[in-house]
Amino acid sequence: MRLRRCGPDAVLVEVDSLSEVAAARAALTGLPGLVELVPAARTVLVSFEPGSPGSRQVQAVLDQADLSAAPVGDSADVTLPVVYDGADLELVAETAGLSVDEAIALHSSADYTVAFCGFAPGFAYLTGLPELLQQPRLGNPRTRVPTGSVGVAGEFTGIYPRSSPGGWRLVARLADDAAALFDPTREPAALLSPGDRVRFEVVS
Amino acid sequence: MSRVLTVLATGPLALIEDLGRPGHAHLGVPPSGALDVPSLRLANRLAGNPEDAAGIECVLGGLSLRAGSSCTVAVTGPSVSVQVNGRLVDSHAPVHLRADDVVALGTPLSGVRTYLAVSGGITVSPQLGSRSTDLLSGIGPAPLAVGDVLPVGDPVGPPVGEDAVPPPSPPDFLAVPVVLGPRDDWFADAGAQLAAAVWSVSPESNRVGLRLLGDPLRRAPGFEGRELTSEGVVTGAIQVPANGRPVVFLADHPTTGGYPVVGVVPERHLAALAQARPGTRIRLRG
Repeated sequence: MRLRRCGPDAVLVEVDSLSEVAAARAALTGLPGLVELVPAARTVLVSFEPGSPGSRQVQAVLDQADLSAAPVGDSADVTLPVVYDGADLELVAETAGLSVDEAIALHSSADYTVAFCGFAPGFAYLTGLPELLQQPRLGNPRTRVPTGSVGVAGEFTGIYPRSSPGGWRLVARLADDAAALFDPTREPAALLSPGDRVRFEVVS
Repeated sequence: MSRVLTVLATGPLALIEDLGRPGHAHLGVPPSGALDVPSLRLANRLAGNPEDAAGIECVLGGLSLRAGSSCTVAVTGPSVSVQVNGRLVDSHAPVHLRADDVVALGTPLSGVRTYLAVSGGITVSPQLGSRSTDLLSGIGPAPLAVGDVLPVGDPVGPPVGEDAVPPPSPPDFLAVPVVLGPRDDWFADAGAQLAAAVWSVSPESNRVGLRLLGDPLRRAPGFEGRELTSEGVVTGAIQVPANGRPVVFLADHPTTGGYPVVGVVPERHLAALAQARPGTRIRLRG
């Protein structure tokens, strides 16, 4: 673990794995004057109100935390109804050496966890993707990925909360009657938050 | 008579902004909010509002509004002419409007962003706790358009006539302090490289970031061509993309970034950057 200074009121905590990110995030939750707590793939950014003593407590809190232990938190369980008709479903199945039905069964039977969010409001990077489905991005990213598309890229699977450019291999889409992943007029605006556990439910 | 302001002209870009929605970066939501925070706070104080009320951030002036009822407005930021029904009034002071009065901003001679606050604040529906327009994410109200009717809240306090608030004059050369890190080690002697360089503000700058033109920053040996795993970034972070030309992240910045951040401009110096016109020369002091 290494702490890197990030201006006068923030610290970037650098660790070695996604599980350490989750543990560090949990340990830092609730520090005084905390403004942002932003997990990413190998880091947690923690920022404080200007002049708050919190930033000086980060090292001590992390020294006392067991980063190898799974975090205990107030995470939610979310089930997302999806239709497996993604434009890259056959490519993903073929790359995995599976039939399309087997690829669907594999993706929809796994338990996922929100490791972090980013790229766009409400875009959650889910870990727990079976190894056969861990595949590279498209060589030629799409200029427009439709809202609700479910894709895989590297060790992650994720859902596009709104239409945007993107290079993830698309396997499915959120069902038409599913709640929007992100709606700034709703409380809470984001369906998925770091630490939440996610399952996909097959609908046709 | 209703407490509204009707938009008659917007200038190049007019946005509703308050102090933003920090605390949502873990959901991918930028902080947003006024770029020149002290100017919005001052406008609100002059109009008798709490400092966090929503006002209007205008790029290069040109805003014109008609009052639906009597209210107090105040215009702050760089020096700018303000007219009520065609008659010059003071900026940086409370200005009383009667129903149907029209307040109009000219174009500031220096600086970029002027702020207008109205007694009671602008009360469009908040999203994630803020009324700010976030141009990166599309959260918050759309940019103002001619014909918009903006709801205005009930005044909560008397306008505060602060004696002689001089408008700041943005200089054409800025020296901005920088706290090195978190990724200064990716650059060859980052402090010295920054200290030696003079940058020029690019016309492509916006609420996401102030883009700087100049000699590219050189990576340290072993870091050339290396890629960074995306990580959280703060407002004021100086991100250095592959072309070596820094971008100082402003309020609508993405919450994570995949290029190294060489240093961070402390929050209290960001207002000066928000007022830096294209071509302004900048030294970043590490």
